[in-house]
Amino acid sequence: MAVKVMIPTPLRQFTGKQASIECSATTVGEALGSLTGTFAELRKHLYTDEGKIRSFVNVYLNDEDIRFLDKENTHTKDGDTISIVPSIAGGSSKQPKN
Amino acid sequence: MAIPTDTLPKQEVKLSKEEVLRYSRHLIMPEVGLEGQLKLKRARVLLIGTGGLGAPLGLYLAAAGVGHLGLVDFDVVDFSNLQRQVTFSTGDVGKHKTEAAKARLSGLNPTIEIETFETRLTSENALDLFRDFDIIVDGTDNFPTRFLVNDASFLLGKPNVYGSIFRFEGQATVFGYPGGPCYRCLYPEPPPPGLVPSCAEGGVLGVLPGIVGSIQAMETIKLILGSGDPLVGRLLLFDALGMRFRELKLRKNPACPLCGEHRTITKLIDYEEFCGIRGEEAPPMTDGIPEITAKDLKSRQDRGDDLFILDVREPHEYQICNLNGKLIPLGDLPRRVNELDSSREMVVHCRSGKRSADAIQFLQKAGFKKLLNLKGGVLAWADEVDPTMPKY
Repeated sequence: MAVKVMIPTPLRQFTGKQASIECSATTVGEALGSLTGTFAELRKHLYTDEGKIRSFVNVYLNDEDIRFLDKENTHTKDGDTISIVPSIAGGSSKQPKN
Repeated sequence: MAIPTDTLPKQEVKLSKEEVLRYSRHLIMPEVGLEGQLKLKRARVLLIGTGGLGAPLGLYLAAAGVGHLGLVDFDVVDFSNLQRQVTFSTGDVGKHKTEAAKARLSGLNPTIEIETFETRLTSENALDLFRDFDIIVDGTDNFPTRFLVNDASFLLGKPNVYGSIFRFEGQATVFGYPGGPCYRCLYPEPPPPGLVPSCAEGGVLGVLPGIVGSIQAMETIKLILGSGDPLVGRLLLFDALGMRFRELKLRKNPACPLCGEHRTITKLIDYEEFCGIRGEEAPPMTDGIPEITAKDLKSRQDRGDDLFILDVREPHEYQICNLNGKLIPLGDLPRRVNELDSSREMVVHCRSGKRSADAIQFLQKAGFKKLLNLKGGVLAWADEVDPTMPKY
């Protein structure tokens, strides 16, 4: 099943600047696993040390939050879009702090 | 459904002849009309932050005739704000943002009342500040304040018009609408400091807050008028580079600690502690990291000491200003470490000293011994050694 994973701006530095990644998966968890397999740096930004999706990162299958579906076991269909949506706080974005 | 703006005592309002002319393009639309314009005039809206998002918010809400605007900000106008904070003029640099914004908005529409609160929003003052307003608009720039705005709005039963931005990407929605989700339903917790790549990845295209803040202004006006479909239960995502808007479902979380069935948050908390930080700019962790000041570095270079300069910023930062060092961005260091000679004494620097401290910790683990962190980075160099060097 080919699905598209949309990568948000803050995480694109870990995917070689790609905004979306196509992969083959039957569940959302499988798609994210394939993604973090290819881009290892991404893993710690998506998962806690215990392997849970971080609470400031939401994952959507098409327009639905997977927390309200079957979480990572949510099945995917051909052509589905998975979105990773981390919390961002900027309002006037001060200059870089370091 | 209009938001309950009748919870506060309202005096009878009318439009003067000048106001009828001023708002004529609203008045001739049946969706607004005289009744809608009077609702706008009676409305009391509090803007948290007068920066990038606050600029279009303030301008459009003032122009539209929102009768009472509150502005909360503790900051002063900086030269680097002018690229996006279009309320301010070059001559405003150094002035308090609330005062400069009030002057600009009063000039735009002298018929409205503008109240300024030159203060940092805290758990101590938030409820008192919010109480006298109908709608709260969140144009802040940090996680602790966003959670604070959310919780205080919810506890007082006031809608919170939310917008946030990062580089080329924006999010907007309305929280705290009767029966709708809150910010904690979307994100129960903030990211721990340091994990979200915000520092080296900072910056924002100036137009982006203009677009997201305008969406917030539109939603605020719709809430006041009670017309259209408010952005409730929907998270609007805007990708400026791809020029795409997307919409995701935003559900009320039954397990939400603030608005769920089993609430555990019933009053305001310490939000800096909740977000794992003390003070907005936590000092960099420099324990065990040897440092050199910009002045000492200059005198050692003048003496002819053999010092290797490693710059761990990004290439676009190097173009702005540099110390003729070798450029290896922090993120590339692990795979390019073999380009470095561990036998030479090395001064590592970034913009202000945080990333270079991280680089030194990495290099220490890789066996490097002769390492010095340039204290204060290129900013300190510009301040103490070379005043002609541009700062950013």
